[in-house]
Amino acid sequence: MLKILLSRVREYKKYAFITPLFMIGEVAMEVLIPTMMGLIIDVGVANSDMDYVIRMSILLVIAAMLSLSFGVLGAWSASKASSGFATNIRRDEYARIMGFSFADVDKFSTPSLITRMTTDVQNVQMSFQMMIRIFVRAPIMFVFAIIMVYHNGGSLSAVFAVAIPVVIVAIAFIFGRSHGYFSSAFKGYDIFNRVVQENLNGIRTVKAYVREDEQLGKFEESAEVIRDNFKKGQTMMALLNPVMMSITFACMIAISYIGAKLINIGHMETGELLSIYTYTGQILSSLVMVGMVIVMFSISWASMIRIAEVLSTEPSMSLNEDGIKDVKDGSVVFENVSFGYGKDKKVLSDINLEIKSGEMIGVIGMTGSGKTSLVSLIARLYDVQSGSVKVGGMDVRDYDLEALRNQVSVVLQKNTLFSGTVEENLKWGNADATDAEIRWACDCASVTPFISAMKDGFQSHVDQGGTNFSGGQRQRLCIARALLKKPKILIMDDSTSAVDTATDSSIRRALREDVRDLTKIIISQRLSSVMDADKIVMMNGGRIEDVGTHSELLSRNAEYRSLYETQTRGGGLDA
Amino acid sequence: MPRPQQGGTPAKNPVKAMKSVLSLVFGERKRAFAFIVLCIIIVSFSTVYYSNFLGVFIDDYVTAIIGVEDPDFSPIVRALMQFAAIVSISVIFSYVLQRLMVKISQDTLYDVRVRMFRKLESLPIAYFDRNPHGTIMSRFSNDTDTLNQLISNSLVQMLQAAITLVMLIAAMLVNSLVLSAVVAAFVLITVKATGSISKRSSRQFSKQQATLAAVNGYIEEMMNGQRVIKVFCHEEKSKEDFEKLNMALFDSMSKANMLANVMGPVTMNLGNLQYVALVIIGAVYVMLTGGGVAGYTIGALAAFLQLSRSFSNNVNQMSQQMNTVLLALAGAERIFELLDEKSETDDGYVTLVNVREGADGTLEETSEHTKHWAWKHPHHDGSPVTYTPLRGDIVMIDVDFGYTEGKTVLHDISLYAKPGQKIAFVGSTGAGKTTITNLLNRFYDIQDGKIRFDGININKIKKDDLRHSLGMILQDTNLFTGTIRENIRFGRLDATDEEVENAAKLANAHDFIMMMPDGYDTVITNNGESLSQGQRQLLSIARAAVADPPVLVMDEATSSIDTHTEALVQDGMDKLMENRTVFVIAHRLSTVRNSNAIMVLDHGRIIERGDHEQLLAQKGVYYRLYTGAVELD
Repeated sequence: MLKILLSRVREYKKYAFITPLFMIGEVAMEVLIPTMMGLIIDVGVANSDMDYVIRMSILLVIAAMLSLSFGVLGAWSASKASSGFATNIRRDEYARIMGFSFADVDKFSTPSLITRMTTDVQNVQMSFQMMIRIFVRAPIMFVFAIIMVYHNGGSLSAVFAVAIPVVIVAIAFIFGRSHGYFSSAFKGYDIFNRVVQENLNGIRTVKAYVREDEQLGKFEESAEVIRDNFKKGQTMMALLNPVMMSITFACMIAISYIGAKLINIGHMETGELLSIYTYTGQILSSLVMVGMVIVMFSISWASMIRIAEVLSTEPSMSLNEDGIKDVKDGSVVFENVSFGYGKDKKVLSDINLEIKSGEMIGVIGMTGSGKTSLVSLIARLYDVQSGSVKVGGMDVRDYDLEALRNQVSVVLQKNTLFSGTVEENLKWGNADATDAEIRWACDCASVTPFISAMKDGFQSHVDQGGTNFSGGQRQRLCIARALLKKPKILIMDDSTSAVDTATDSSIRRALREDVRDLTKIIISQRLSSVMDADKIVMMNGGRIEDVGTHSELLSRNAEYRSLYETQTRGGGLDA
Repeated sequence: MPRPQQGGTPAKNPVKAMKSVLSLVFGERKRAFAFIVLCIIIVSFSTVYYSNFLGVFIDDYVTAIIGVEDPDFSPIVRALMQFAAIVSISVIFSYVLQRLMVKISQDTLYDVRVRMFRKLESLPIAYFDRNPHGTIMSRFSNDTDTLNQLISNSLVQMLQAAITLVMLIAAMLVNSLVLSAVVAAFVLITVKATGSISKRSSRQFSKQQATLAAVNGYIEEMMNGQRVIKVFCHEEKSKEDFEKLNMALFDSMSKANMLANVMGPVTMNLGNLQYVALVIIGAVYVMLTGGGVAGYTIGALAAFLQLSRSFSNNVNQMSQQMNTVLLALAGAERIFELLDEKSETDDGYVTLVNVREGADGTLEETSEHTKHWAWKHPHHDGSPVTYTPLRGDIVMIDVDFGYTEGKTVLHDISLYAKPGQKIAFVGSTGAGKTTITNLLNRFYDIQDGKIRFDGININKIKKDDLRHSLGMILQDTNLFTGTIRENIRFGRLDATDEEVENAAKLANAHDFIMMMPDGYDTVITNNGESLSQGQRQLLSIARAAVADPPVLVMDEATSSIDTHTEALVQDGMDKLMENRTVFVIAHRLSTVRNSNAIMVLDHGRIIERGDHEQLLAQKGVYYRLYTGAVELD
């Protein structure tokens, strides 16, 4: 998994590799500086050797300058490397997701994909930067400081042989224990956010039923989980500082005592002892830093797994770029088709259906009867489990996927407009559409009346999701967009549900008269939308129950008849 | 625990915000605050002592025994023991301090969260209509997070650094005035340098935040519209667009990170340079004064060097905290803004009570659940309390209303509904249908005119009781995470299981609920994503049925549901509407046809009224709507 992620560093590898080098440089200077400081006092000041003091001071300034340069360069390369890494992950994930089939998207779910591309990437970037900066820096600091202590103090380093294991055990204990509490607290955050979110979305319901107190109760419960776990985790973490202080002071005392003895017998200088005090701090704090990085890393572990899952998912449907490019006509044939979203649950079975090019077909049936699944197979949004779907006489799997989808235009049930202008949205259908073509499509889909009433016409702004247009207007725009593709087959999945009946029938009239050779497949809850179709397909429980014209079905199918009666009796003002 | 650094705007009035935060944390905990300050002083003192000790130790004890044969180690041991004793106290107090701060900060945060939510629940609907949910949400997430950082880390660290600085300054001044001046000079340089870096860095961070928001927004939009992308083979185009945004983010992010990373090396090496300056000046000073007992000693210099290092560490710490603190204070300001919002006011004094009807027809108040309700109406003039039975008679007289002052959206609305009558509102989007229903339950208050409920001005009725007597079925059903039973019981908390099931049966929801894996105990999540649109509506009807109010306000859903469920919904609605006064924003023809009166609204005025037949005969707007010549939505 780490390999999948790390291979994304790519062109930023050089930055990722030089960062540790700069860190080594910086650390070397940081470790050298206390020794030089010690020498200045011991040799220079103690002997009143001003020349020495000046010489060493110049060296010290140079060292500080080097340390600064290394530090700045390290900061520069680390931020390049980590930002570049994140950028590459984002790009690869995006490209991978764009290649996903509908089935792959279903498997991950949209909100989860969004998290995997946003929060997860940020987490991984953070811990990557920590890794190349601190995870390299701290151990090097540790090693250098140990060497210097040994060099300056010799046997004094024995003190650390005792102290270091103690520190490691203490850190492991404290971080290990608090980590559990913190992850419970973060889970508590999810519930906390959910309660607030649900309350905001349902505030009218809450107020209408006067349920403010119950909501507050739920909220307090979730806030308590956060408070209690944070308290436990932080109380555990509160041990860290005192424990580290104790160990540091114990080391200092031991070093002072042994140091005094060594100095007494002339094995050590006072300046050396002074510099060892500094190294003691460096050794112990580098251990704490390593502990912190490990905690960070383990927090972002879950994010890494989620990203790697996306990157390693092979799209379940290939684009088949070598496939047939030319769709002969708009005929559709289903041969013994069965289909399901999972392995064990069949959504469609034994489907046999023939649609001639240029026909208008209506599809009706209850929710869950398989209408949407049926038409999804035509544009090969999903693959059949058995049998075959043929468009223009060829199996859909033999086509180049893009060529097929360019000829089979689907107006989805859950349709979306994108932020931008009306024209930009329409041009999704055909980027090179001329003004005349756009006008034609808009006339067909009854878009022209409301667009021409808008101040900016086709340049009017569309909010994200098209929320500044009414449901009916959105649906009509989506139909126009699909028509601009100039497809051979047009599928409308409940695409006029929010359009009034008069407009609905005028759209159908336009489709029938203006684009005669276009195969039109219309799913609807409204019988009036399919009554004048050449054939009406009745779906029930994943099977085709009956196929026929309105008058045929009316005379022979009791279910159809009763549907017809309830709908003409009930009807609707706008639905 | 480290967290990603967050950008944002610094506080508008940091001093005021800081004061408010302090009173939030310590306002009720004056003694704890005093104790905390004491702890910090002890800890800081020991830090100074410890910085000083090493120099003194080397000077007075170690130097004394250099070259001495068989020296007496007892003074050294005594000194070290004294050191051990003092630092032990410091360790203990530092632990106590941290434990205490954990408790105080988490308790405070809990209080703040609960106060925020309590405030939220008390705010009028207007607040929620005015503020995007994302913004309110971030008060509870981002802003409390940064406040958490401030209270549990920065506050103590800043306080500690400040107190330590004061002591260090004193110690340095005592040690050497000349060297202290050098340190002062370097402090100025450090503050200047970090100030200019953090200014740039916060500018880059807000730029990064903006590009990040753009990238995340694009991702969200495209992920949600992915099916459309695929259907239109738009993958390549969208990858190109994403690439542009992604590279812009790379640019701003690497710059912002670079500046943040640079802060450490810069301050640290300024500290090193300061050290060099001190050493040189100090060495000259030692040599000039001849060292020894009379002059400035090496030991004193060593001690000063230690002091100065602690000093620059503390200054660095404070300057690095500064950015975080300012951002956190900005978050705190937004939290206080929410807490200062004006709550919904309620001057109502007429309440809804259970009553029993006496033999002579008089009503008597009782605490029993008699299922008979009456308005209890005390009078200002001292005349005896009157009881009016709850019937559901609504009258609106010349009502004017506007969401903002000077912009009236409803004009001269007058209508009445006798108990059990049904009033339908029809009209295009923005005609004012929803607005009228918002006035009945006082989500908004009218500006002119009167609304009477059973003859009582609704302004006199306690809001909670008014709302208890009005059922609401909204266009979009809101379900809460929990079982189906809990969601239905939302209508009336003391409903028995049997009553819940009866309500579900009335709403035609019982059958589908029994088909669910755990029946009524099936847990629904994410606003009932596993349920169909129609099933959600059935639950909403059941919820209103269990509440059993005399008046119903309904906004019919427009979304298309299949004919079978549609029939169930229709039937459930019809049963629910029986024997109730109903105001309905109608989309279904059958609903309209069965109404006692239809109000056709246009631009906030009732332009036609009458029953179905009358309105058709008028051949006006209603006629055109009915024949499908005009679109409603």
